[in-house]
Amino acid sequence: MGSRKTSTIILNILKYLFLSIWGLIVLFPFYWMILSSIKSYSAYNSEYVPKFIAENPTLENYRSAFTSVNLGGYFFNTIIFAVVTTLIMLIVITLAAFAFARLEFKGKNIVFTIFLSLMMIPNELIIITNFVTITNMGLRNTFTGLVLPSITSIFYIYLLKENFEQIPDNLYKAAKVDGTSDFKYLIRVMIPICKPTMITITILKVIECWNSFVWPRLITDNPDYYLVSNGIQEIRENGFGRENIPAMMAAVVVISVPLIILFLVFRKQIMTGVQKSGTKG
Amino acid sequence: MKKNFKGWLYLLPAIIFLSIFMIYPLIDVLIYSFEEGYNFASQTHKGVGLYNYSYVLHDTYFLQALKNTFILVIITVPLSTGTALLIAMALSSIKKLRELFQTVFFLPYVTNTLAVGLVFMILFKKTAYSDGMINLLINFFGGESVDFIDGPYWAKMLVLCIYTVWIVMPFKILILTGALASVKDDYYKAAKIDSTPRWRVFTRITLPMISPMIFYLVITGFIGAFKAYSDAVALFGTDLNAAQMNTIVGYIYDMLYGNSGGYPSYASAAALILFCIVLTITCINLMVSKKSVVKGV
Amino acid sequence: MKVVLEKLTKRFPNRNKKIKTEVVAVDNFTFEIPDGTLVGLLGPSGCGKSTTLNLISGLEKPTEGKVYFGDTDVSDMAPEDRGVGLVFQNYALYPHLTVKQNIMFPLQNFKGDKKLTKEVMNDKVLEAAKLVQIDMLMDRKPNELSGGQQQRVAIARALVKQPKVLLLDEPLSNLDARLRLQTREEIRRIQRETKVTTIFVTHDQEEAMSISDIIVVMKDGVVHQIGKPQNVYDDPTNLFVAKFLGTPPINVFKGKVKNHMIFIGNSAVLEAKDIKDQDVYVGIRPEGFIPDDNGSLELKLKGLEVMGRDTTIVSTHEACENVEIRSIVSAETKIIPEMEMVRFNVKPMKTFLFDIESGERIYFGRQEKIV
Repeated sequence: MGSRKTSTIILNILKYLFLSIWGLIVLFPFYWMILSSIKSYSAYNSEYVPKFIAENPTLENYRSAFTSVNLGGYFFNTIIFAVVTTLIMLIVITLAAFAFARLEFKGKNIVFTIFLSLMMIPNELIIITNFVTITNMGLRNTFTGLVLPSITSIFYIYLLKENFEQIPDNLYKAAKVDGTSDFKYLIRVMIPICKPTMITITILKVIECWNSFVWPRLITDNPDYYLVSNGIQEIRENGFGRENIPAMMAAVVVISVPLIILFLVFRKQIMTGVQKSGTKG
Repeated sequence: MKKNFKGWLYLLPAIIFLSIFMIYPLIDVLIYSFEEGYNFASQTHKGVGLYNYSYVLHDTYFLQALKNTFILVIITVPLSTGTALLIAMALSSIKKLRELFQTVFFLPYVTNTLAVGLVFMILFKKTAYSDGMINLLINFFGGESVDFIDGPYWAKMLVLCIYTVWIVMPFKILILTGALASVKDDYYKAAKIDSTPRWRVFTRITLPMISPMIFYLVITGFIGAFKAYSDAVALFGTDLNAAQMNTIVGYIYDMLYGNSGGYPSYASAAALILFCIVLTITCINLMVSKKSVVKGV
Repeated sequence: MKVVLEKLTKRFPNRNKKIKTEVVAVDNFTFEIPDGTLVGLLGPSGCGKSTTLNLISGLEKPTEGKVYFGDTDVSDMAPEDRGVGLVFQNYALYPHLTVKQNIMFPLQNFKGDKKLTKEVMNDKVLEAAKLVQIDMLMDRKPNELSGGQQQRVAIARALVKQPKVLLLDEPLSNLDARLRLQTREEIRRIQRETKVTTIFVTHDQEEAMSISDIIVVMKDGVVHQIGKPQNVYDDPTNLFVAKFLGTPPINVFKGKVKNHMIFIGNSAVLEAKDIKDQDVYVGIRPEGFIPDDNGSLELKLKGLEVMGRDTTIVSTHEACENVEIRSIVSAETKIIPEMEMVRFNVKPMKTFLFDIESGERIYFGRQEKIV
């Protein structure tokens, strides 16, 4: 019995040690970017062996992140892009999910099967034509061009439809008898009941927008329309001069902070949402 | 009649967008890939055939990208899944600090791949001013400094793998922790009463029970790793061909746009080749998993 | 408002699409429900009673036949234009709205000149809430209420727009036994107070018998009998109705009529003049047995269940279709559990004969058709 107890204690210590090491690996880059961002340019470059604390912390880098490159502009673009895309998408998917979950019409099952099979199609396959389409429409370097291809998500339609279907049929019947129109039922009953799922979808979509890189990179070459991801790439290649690492890190911090705050606030919804949706393999 | 109309009306926005930006492109990409000598400016082509495929398959950049992608997949998928399983198991067996660890471990999921990639770059990069954190660590253990970003191929591949693992871990840990939590406590209680040793509990109860989820992660991991791109850009910049670090997806985008761009036909052919590879590997995975996964738990 | 159902028929396509024949949910239902009555639609699950309710509410359209409210043909009217109130088994309250908002919901749907002002709405909501005695719970959410309270809210919501007809679909099935009794009385009281024509669907015969003015017994889409609860109980038209009503259920024997006598096994239990010789089912209500040491029917005693007020004798007989025979006798009856056999005479008015093939009632002796 005694040896079993000792081995349990040792095992526990090993577990915590292991978890702490991984925690360190996860956190270290975050620590490093904050640390580097508050070191002055000269201090950073004079440290052949980097110091783990900033001796003379400065916010100068944050100022230059917003002044010498157009970080504020990228930021603003991304917010507009995220808000517009998410809003339009919510409308489109809600209507579609409602049709699938609640309405009866000819061809519903066929369309739904087609939708489901489209879920398997990787983005890489369709992005080529979309690039050509948007270019031919003259929508490069516009918000419309950025937003258009990403305002439908079959997966979210599916997720919402499943959620809508969990609402008991009798609620619909009761509403019908009381003279509630389909649209009013959707707005007044279904959406409020499915609010948690809608919030989860919203957050996941915002995160997706915030991190999107490939499509904006293809469709914009005018820095006025860069999103943060493209902005950071631009900064890396042309901004500040290649070696001004502290300023670059300040920009990285500024870009990372909104998402981290969003995550800390909506931790539960995000984690259960990701667990359910299983995107980003 | 009115009822039918209404249903379609609600679906209309989704159908319009999907038709233009998903169904049409799907057909179009097939057509592109067979159109030879397509000229983007005049939108004309000379003939129809397999030349695009042949060109892509003989392109040294594509072969390099193919090789890079395969190495990345083979290293990162087992490594990340295995490590995630260990972490998830450790997480499930502790009570104190569990929430904190879970929150911290999930952080990479909500970060901008490009932004944090820059941090990895400066950690690994050797410059005139400093050898970088990682090299100092290597020096501390008596090793030689290596330039991981502009240096030898294997060093660059190593950084890419490390960063990829770092990025994909949160998702895997989350899914596996969920899977472990769904194994009913009764099984463990029964095993305890029979005084089953730990490793046996693991191999005979835990592992079979969560095997569907592990396979799910392996499959999605393969698919995800085959589509690697932004992490490579984050570390090595947009000119991935020059860095010998291009991936298949990177190759597709380069063909489409950028300094070497303007060839949607080549891009389409490459995209379809990628799709076939992913499909094949997924099918093989599914076949293997059907044989070895425990069903109906 | 009286409700008239005229040759009402509803057919569904078979769920298994390979089978082309249609399922008949309601078959040729004709009935006039007088104004202000409470009608219980009674039958086993799948008998078409809920479909009948849906046809009356307009949630489903009849394949054939008509529905009239008063003298108006409402068959083609949408549910919202019919002015019905509907209450469900699982209450169907909107979970995100408070009690008050739930009750107000139907009023907010009024359009045009029917539109109500806020004050009128508030008054009406309060009135309905007071009627079902939940006016102190107005700001709660449904999940903060007990099952019984939720059902009251559902009833208030159905009543608030002063419907012409109130439809209740298994309203008590989700409640526990004690609440069920209480709510059942409550429904009766509310119905009496509002005098609204009410149709009540249930599979529980006790429930239907206890509160309905009229019960309708249905099976497989076909109406088997309509009448006052007591009359239907006393005078079932066929074996199904006889079996369906009453707890404990009627005891059914395989018997025969021979020489104007009814035989169960070898015992001649009653005289049946004018009935020709044939095999029959003999149904005897539990209260139709009179213990008598010289009685004509001998049963094998299995046990006694003493209830205090009366006693149930549990026995068996080889000709009996039920697993055991239950007869209810007064508590003074001298029967001791150690006895092996008990003898009974049977009451002619509590004994029914049914055709062995069709299950239709065969009247004998002084029995007359009441319904």
